[in-house]
Amino acid sequence: MQAQTLYEKLWSSHVVHVEEDGTALIYIDRHLVHEVTSPQAFEGLKLAGRKPWRVNSIVATADHNTPTDHWERGIEDPVSRQQVETLDANIREVGALAYFPFKDQRQGIVHVIGPENGATLPGMTVVCGDSHTSTHGAFACLAHGIGTSEVEHVMATQCLLQKKSKTMLIRVEGELGAGVTAKDVVLAIIGKIGTAGGTGYAMEFGGSAIRSLSMEGRMTICNMAIEAGARAGLVAVDEQTVEYLKDRPFSPSGEQWDKAVAYWKTLHSDEGARFDRVVDLNAAEIQPQVTWGTSPEMVAPVDGHVPDPSLETDPVKREGMERALQYMGLEPRTPIKDILVDKVFIGSCTNSRIEDLRAAAAVARGRRKADSVKAVLVVPGSGVVKRQAEAEGLDQIFLAAGFEWREPGCSMCLAMNADRLEPGERCASTSNRNFEGRQGAGGRTHLVSPAMAAAAAVTGRFADVRALG
Amino acid sequence: MKPFQKLDGLVAPMDRANVDTDAIIPKQFLKSIKRSGFGPNLFDEWRYKDVGQPGQDASGRPLNPDFVLNQPRYQGAQILLTRDNFGCGSSREHAPWALEDFGFRVLIGPSFADIFFNNCFKNGLLPIRLPGSEVDELFSQCHESAGYTLSVDLQAQTITRPDGKVIPFDVDPFRRECLLNGWDDIGLTLRHADKIRAFEERRRMDQPWLFA
Repeated sequence: MQAQTLYEKLWSSHVVHVEEDGTALIYIDRHLVHEVTSPQAFEGLKLAGRKPWRVNSIVATADHNTPTDHWERGIEDPVSRQQVETLDANIREVGALAYFPFKDQRQGIVHVIGPENGATLPGMTVVCGDSHTSTHGAFACLAHGIGTSEVEHVMATQCLLQKKSKTMLIRVEGELGAGVTAKDVVLAIIGKIGTAGGTGYAMEFGGSAIRSLSMEGRMTICNMAIEAGARAGLVAVDEQTVEYLKDRPFSPSGEQWDKAVAYWKTLHSDEGARFDRVVDLNAAEIQPQVTWGTSPEMVAPVDGHVPDPSLETDPVKREGMERALQYMGLEPRTPIKDILVDKVFIGSCTNSRIEDLRAAAAVARGRRKADSVKAVLVVPGSGVVKRQAEAEGLDQIFLAAGFEWREPGCSMCLAMNADRLEPGERCASTSNRNFEGRQGAGGRTHLVSPAMAAAAAVTGRFADVRALG
Repeated sequence: MKPFQKLDGLVAPMDRANVDTDAIIPKQFLKSIKRSGFGPNLFDEWRYKDVGQPGQDASGRPLNPDFVLNQPRYQGAQILLTRDNFGCGSSREHAPWALEDFGFRVLIGPSFADIFFNNCFKNGLLPIRLPGSEVDELFSQCHESAGYTLSVDLQAQTITRPDGKVIPFDVDPFRRECLLNGWDDIGLTLRHADKIRAFEERRRMDQPWLFA
């Protein structure tokens, strides 16, 4: 048989029907649902008199609108509250395999709770009305973000209409330096190929540096595949994948477990499989990264400088850079290390898992937030992560450093709840998007790893975490 | 879904790359549980001088006169010229809902982000990919002549410029049929319900752990 890529294996095992022009109906195994992109889909279903095709494919949570402090007060914003209550009512009416509502012990960011509950398993197709669904590809799932019409389509038919993507392999070989993390790797990848570099592709990450990453690190990488334009990111199954999934609440057990593991181990690109595009990076050359602009591709190593737009020859790009620097309040050629921060956010579906919090705590331990930094928010990805972190004493390290220890949710990644930047405030953020206004109208976001965010918190500027010791 | 066949429409230029869906419709408006009414908040942060709130009447808000869609010559535009990677970022379908509610039916650019591109077709919006050189020419013609219009014919897959030049464009045949007829995807898919059931049964036998 012809050598296949992991994407081709996942694709061909889910095709239900193909139209003449190649548009295919793909069967969906797992449907993750949150409060923001689902109400119109539930309503559409109801108006058409349709029932969900397979309720047990649905795992739901409220994460975008939920507050991260004073849970005893409930959700104070009435518009946010209505959206969360609408999800409560819809799930009550329709049902789900699992629902983790606001204040539930296992509530959290949808892309954190899927894997940690074993609701994301290798070989699945996973969809969610959320672009960061690519996260789940770390488990060799074909995982796509979809729009609300597609949410309704999947509920009604258990299928998604899709054209087959092209395949890209991002190969990162070698060893990452100390203090260089998965976040730096993915920012370096986006810096290299651009935010549209992966458009039309399913992006597999391979090479020794990717294999050496934990599952948390692989999730960080796949999470940001969408920031490189790819709807789906992928990493092959290995022992770490299997080990991570063992004894999770929805993981198979007993005889089923053995059968599942045997199948999962086939989920890798075959030797000699052909990709439409291959991109190589040398792990040893990757430095801690800091974005300086309003698109994730506007990124530089911490030792670098804000670039000079006048050196850019493409007029559309030059104007984009000028606009970004104006918005960010930065001068060309400023050393990255000279940029001062007002706030720090450690959290989001990119970097809110236990390993991320450990990395931030390792920097914060025995240090204090710089006086010039107004606030440092640490927002765990889920209730499960929060309790694990507390069991390890990480919360005490953060509190001793003057950081705030919050309740789980999406929080200041997109600022739909009360956590946000004020106009002009500059933030070191472990989230995934530095778009204009993303963390609050007029706010200025610099994307970094959790360790780099903690380093910015204690020094008040972008500091090389490797030099802090 | 509203069908789309043909349109002679006024053109507006959005002359910047990587316009993300947070810019198209900021997060606070995503709290709505409705599908309609997003037009007044399209490009909210660029369009107004204040910060908009959901449910607020937009009619008295201070406009940013420099923003392209606030300029008198582009009032009533139905076709938007875009640059590379338009619609990147979040999967929010509120972005095409807002564009459509504002009055746009066609987007023309060198590239669009995948999820956004897909979402457009579900809402009667036609995104057209053209080579960069063609898009550059459309931008300069549009900048030069007030009241610049284009004629878009989905059946024929052509764009006709005022100077008579006809530009052909590609579109997936399946999407084209759906858009021309205003077909509901779900209805079409459910014609294959037996096939879906058979597939599902096989899967349940092979990988029962997926159906726990």
